[in-house]
Amino acid sequence: MNGQPLLQAQEVSKRFGGLQALVHVTFDLPEGQILGLIGPNGAGKTTLFNCINGIYAPEEGRVIFKGQDITGRKPYQVARLGLARTHQIVQPLNDLTVLQNVTAGSCFGHEQRSLGQAELIADEVLDFVGLAGWRDQLAASLNVAQKKRLELARALAARPFLLLLDEVLAGLNPAEIGEMVEVLRKIRDQGVTILIIEHVMHALMNVSDRVIVLDYGQQIAEGTPDEVANDPKVIEAYLGDPKLAERLMGEG
Amino acid sequence: MKQLRHPGLWLALALTAAFALWPALASNKAYTREIAFTILRAVTFASSLNILLGYTGYVSFGHIVFYGLGGYVGFYLLDEHNVHLAVAVLAGGLASGLLAFLLGRAILRLRGAYFALATIGVNEAMRAFIKNIDLFGGPTGMTLNFRVYQSYGGPDQALWTTYLSVAALSLVVVLVSFLVKSSRFGLGLMAIRENEDAAEVMGVVAPSTKTWAYVLSAFFPGMLGVLFFFKNGNIEPGDAFVLHQSIEGIVMVMLGGQGTVLGPVLGAAAYQRLRGLLLVSPLFKNIQLAVAGVLLLVIVLFVPAGVVGWLRGRFAILRRVLE
Repeated sequence: MNGQPLLQAQEVSKRFGGLQALVHVTFDLPEGQILGLIGPNGAGKTTLFNCINGIYAPEEGRVIFKGQDITGRKPYQVARLGLARTHQIVQPLNDLTVLQNVTAGSCFGHEQRSLGQAELIADEVLDFVGLAGWRDQLAASLNVAQKKRLELARALAARPFLLLLDEVLAGLNPAEIGEMVEVLRKIRDQGVTILIIEHVMHALMNVSDRVIVLDYGQQIAEGTPDEVANDPKVIEAYLGDPKLAERLMGEG
Repeated sequence: MKQLRHPGLWLALALTAAFALWPALASNKAYTREIAFTILRAVTFASSLNILLGYTGYVSFGHIVFYGLGGYVGFYLLDEHNVHLAVAVLAGGLASGLLAFLLGRAILRLRGAYFALATIGVNEAMRAFIKNIDLFGGPTGMTLNFRVYQSYGGPDQALWTTYLSVAALSLVVVLVSFLVKSSRFGLGLMAIRENEDAAEVMGVVAPSTKTWAYVLSAFFPGMLGVLFFFKNGNIEPGDAFVLHQSIEGIVMVMLGGQGTVLGPVLGAAAYQRLRGLLLVSPLFKNIQLAVAGVLLLVIVLFVPAGVVGWLRGRFAILRRVLE
């Protein structure tokens, strides 16, 4: 570790009209870690992702990636610096094949590969996420679980330094969740840093090194999964009913 | 260049070449040449439009503006400055490409119906603008000095020269269309077509990628316009910026299959054949454009992928052959 965190959010604030979606969100994400981001619906998690990868420009604060200030840069500029993301609502390129989808990730992402090289990388990544058997099918023909994998494969094909994962486990059955968690661990072991939003609590607590909790755009807690899970503020403000919280944690 | 071995490319080129060679085999060569000229002109226009409409997913309703502007610029150079036809053709293409570049910066920010409307506005504005430029003959346009044809071996030989140039241009456009589709640039265009926001998140620099697609799809119609009006011997605003020709171009692309290489070639030929039949029919000759409108409606409703797209979707084997 070379001192400088890979990603820093400094006092990031974003407003939509009268709604304060993010209030001075600040965190560091050191290289090689998995940072979980949790919070109830509407807490501002996806908005935070959008502020990091350039879909929105925050009104206040700065986003530093690899020592560079990337606040307000365009999504394609941020992507080229080595930051890739998946979407909560899957965004496949429907009329293109699975291979073309992933090839595009490699062509235009961080490494800017030529078409030939990109196809080789795409095949490797498809193998890795378990979609190799579908490579020549149209992306539209995949089911939800496969589309989630496709999103992940497309992001991975860019060979990014940092991966933003927005609910890659939502809508998957328990077996599929298990497989996906394994995939995430392998990605981390390859040295990719991950910032992950997740509602499937036990999986997130399992996989994350640290967790941040957002509520109404406020950062109400930060720490290891255990610390956060036992933080009364989190249990009260986020999960509401402490018994429900115990039950949710018990699923792990 | 392993993609050059793709049968889809050779099929599209062979079909285009067959139209081009048709007059050589026909008994009435001059008559057949005129029919083939119309088809090749349509193939060139439709294939160029397809780069924007089919690959990038942006509907340009006013694409004929590039044909008209290119025609005007080339015609002016031929008529007033006696430049060689090849130079005039290149100048016409470059002028249209430049217009597309400037327009692209301004109106390619618009999406969907707003972009389509803006392109209509551009065509109408350009027609009004040219009408008021004395350099280009104002509302009456320009007529080519007959002596110009002498440099090309007389009027009869000039007709053949123009024909062969359009044939060559149509083959080049089909080749470029294929190369774009099978390139990294083309993948970026198709990513934009499928989901522009997702494409940007993946790193596709959408503004400049779209602009270059627009420039490319304007360059060839610009060259085509010069050849057409050189052959015509006369150019005026009413003939150069005919809005319904833009829409006919869209019909051809949609009929054959948007986003495919072969589709616009097939669609252009089929549409021109249909138009030829309608124009000589006493019943339909005055309403042939209405037929085009109904045809577009039927395609959009029932076979939005067009003939080639439908075949590709229906028969998996054809995906290797048709592109």
